[in-house]
Amino acid sequence: MRAAQESRIAGWGRLSVPGRELLSEALEPLTEQAVLTRGLGRSYGDASLPPPSRREVAATPLADRILSFDEATGRLRAEAGLSLGAINQLLLPRRWCSPTLPGTQFITLGGMVAADVHDKSHHRAGSFGRHVQRLRMRVADGRILECSPTEHEDLFWATVGGMGLTGHILEVELSLQRIPSPWIWQESERVPNIDAYVEALEQAAQRWPYTVGWIDCLSRGRNLGRGVLLCGRWAEAHEAPPAAPAPKHKLTVPFELPSWALSRPTVQAFNEVYYWSHQPRRKQGLVHPESFFHPLDAVLRWNRIYGRRGFTQYQCVLPRRAGRGAARRFLELLSARGGASFLCVIKDCGEQGQGLLSFPMPGISIALDIAVRDDTQQLVDTLNELVIAEGGRIYLAKDAFTRADHFRAMERRLEAWLAVRRRWDPELRLRSALSVRLFGDPP
Amino acid sequence: MNPQPVASRKVVFLGATRGMGRALARLLAERGEVLCLLGRHAEDLARSAADLQAHGAQAVAGTALCDLEQPATFASALDEAARVLGRLELVVVSAGIFAPQEVLEHDPALTARLLAVDFTNTLLFCEEARKRLLAQGGGTLCVFSSVAGDRGRKPVALYGAAKAGLSHYLESLDHKYRAQGLRTICVKPGFVHTGMTAGLKAPPFAGEPEDVARRVLRAIDRGEPLVYAPGAWRAVMGVIRALPRHVMRRVDF
Ligand SMILES: Cc1cc2nc3c(=O)[nH]c(=O)nc-3n(C[C@H](O)[C@H](O)[C@H](O)COP(=O)(O)OP(=O)(O)OC[C@H]3O[C@@H](n4cnc5c(N)ncnc54)[C@H](O)[C@@H]3O)c2cc1C
Ligand SMILES: NC(=O)c1ccc[n+]([C@@H]2O[C@H](COP(=O)([O-])OP(=O)(O)OC[C@H]3O[C@@H](n4cnc5c(N)ncnc54)[C@H](OP(=O)(O)O)[C@@H]3O)[C@@H](O)[C@H]2O)c1
Repeated sequence: MRAAQESRIAGWGRLSVPGRELLSEALEPLTEQAVLTRGLGRSYGDASLPPPSRREVAATPLADRILSFDEATGRLRAEAGLSLGAINQLLLPRRWCSPTLPGTQFITLGGMVAADVHDKSHHRAGSFGRHVQRLRMRVADGRILECSPTEHEDLFWATVGGMGLTGHILEVELSLQRIPSPWIWQESERVPNIDAYVEALEQAAQRWPYTVGWIDCLSRGRNLGRGVLLCGRWAEAHEAPPAAPAPKHKLTVPFELPSWALSRPTVQAFNEVYYWSHQPRRKQGLVHPESFFHPLDAVLRWNRIYGRRGFTQYQCVLPRRAGRGAARRFLELLSARGGASFLCVIKDCGEQGQGLLSFPMPGISIALDIAVRDDTQQLVDTLNELVIAEGGRIYLAKDAFTRADHFRAMERRLEAWLAVRRRWDPELRLRSALSVRLFGDPP
Repeated sequence: MNPQPVASRKVVFLGATRGMGRALARLLAERGEVLCLLGRHAEDLARSAADLQAHGAQAVAGTALCDLEQPATFASALDEAARVLGRLELVVVSAGIFAPQEVLEHDPALTARLLAVDFTNTLLFCEEARKRLLAQGGGTLCVFSSVAGDRGRKPVALYGAAKAGLSHYLESLDHKYRAQGLRTICVKPGFVHTGMTAGLKAPPFAGEPEDVARRVLRAIDRGEPLVYAPGAWRAVMGVIRALPRHVMRRVDF
């Protein structure tokens, strides 16, 4: 019987642990005793899950008030649970947009800070933390304080990208970006293989604010890494329709699918259709911002297609200094290991931000969804070894399988971050399943 | 989606700080209505006022302290609202409290509080609002009751009793004063995901506050005296009301 089971809590990849969310509009009392705070649970792995000895995690989505918005400067201050979707819905029609628009809009400001999220404009705009002015936080000793790049700056830059482990974020103040219209002008192109792809991406980055692409990682040989490259910019007022885009209608996956639904043949068939249906080779036109920035949001609860065992996303960045061949080497290894990924997203990253554990560094980011199977741990280990050899790193917001020694090997800034964390939380009161797995925290 | 002021109606809102009230107040603000917020904590009211101001530039004319546990605050709060708004056209009450039956059965003090807040004092507040609206020639009074008041049921014996009484009163008010221009709207939410229900096991047809708010707004615009939200609860409660007593005695819902 389902009802009799103890409640469980999961990230987007559906790997769950015993636990539950505590929800309230009032974050100050909510975070008083909390071991961790989470947002909308869109991180894939165990970043938003409690450590094994604790059950409850504070959850922010009800704390979603805007506290001030200056229409002249675009400065926004809001409670940490305000979602990107709510910001889009309210402010895109007024020609303001979030400085970072990740692949889903069902994420909170707190989660955007804690993961220092990046988007298709990283090569120009950097990651989210660059646009954040202040945070109001509850720190481990119970105090509530404000931090910024000039006030408690150690705490600030350890919190940007710090996966919720330096304190509970209560309020976020950031600068939005002025846009000429709420519509997107998009150009897209079919690209025959990974080398051509990396080159096209690099060139596009010089001309376009937003670039991203999808590649087929099942094709082999000459076709390895063929894909579709998408470039976009905000449409000028005269190009855009007079009406603001209405929120798109969403479908829902009603139940979890059996695990064969996403097996190699079905994914192969999907990829084939997706690649060849991009006709002609090069297309352009006006598109809805949701289709451009958050295409997966069109289907709610799509993580159910991965069935009971769930899935993980593997996202790494391969540094520019590893050379253009790095992406090919990665795909060859993946292909040799038979990794079937339904979704493989590839884009380039610009300068590294100031967040001490912030993910992006100049280079190529590759993200794949991997259904959990018996050999997932070995697959992740193998990919991590290549990433370490190339000098890259993985993204904690997606991770559930990386081993502590591997993470240490790829993250030279870890000691600096741990030192700040020790300063603010010597007793390690704030912990997560991730911090136990990767930083050796007590359970 | 551009917020186009249609009316600029003057709205008094008790309960806009959280839950369905927060969602409904935002819709009103986006449409260009002008609100006066009533509630228990000045600082919290100010934060909600700021949020609504971001949703509609002219949204909030003022705030006033009003606590459903202190009937002495009702008249002064409504007077202050009338002062800052100029007149009252719509009064919304979404404030209320809930506690599970098992908890209430062991806590008479909490039971007394809940009955006072959800029944006695809500009625006293509505009476103050009714007088003021009628004195101006009418208006709309929109109050959140609950499906819990539709049938005597095991899990909501006490809370349901308060809501049953409230629904009863709201219906009578509508019959009695509609001809004089006072439209009374009784909102009966089913299970809705808010802070009030957080941690409870959600039944089928659980709703979101934003969807409820849209439904309620439509009912306000049309002057519908009774609104179930989410809509499926109208049918669900129709069935539950029709079940014979010996069946209700055996089931646990
Ligand atoms: C379909 C999809 C596409 C995505 N695309 C991108 C992308 O393009 N770029 C990108 O960077 N990411 C992407 N992500 C990842 C996502 O943006 C991040 O995981 C983000 O952190 C999720 O926000 P959330 O509110 O759901 O936070 P959660 O997943 O609930 O939490 C994430 C982390 O933030 C911490 N946290 C959340 N709120 C607070 C708070 N108030 N105080 C302290 N800590 C807090 C949690 O403890 C946890 O460590 C994607 C995810 C999905 C599902
Ligand atoms: N959620 C459901 O499933 C459900 C189902 C059926 C009926 N209802 C009814 O619908 C209404 C709204 O519910 P909700 O879920 O939106 O509730 P909620 O999120 O808990 O919000 C309750 C609101 O009532 C206010 N309030 C509580 N006690 C008060 C008092 N003594 N004085 C003044 N204000 C007070 C709160 O203000 P503070 O911010 O000051 O706390 C808050 O604004 C309630 O009447 C509830 O009984 C709810």
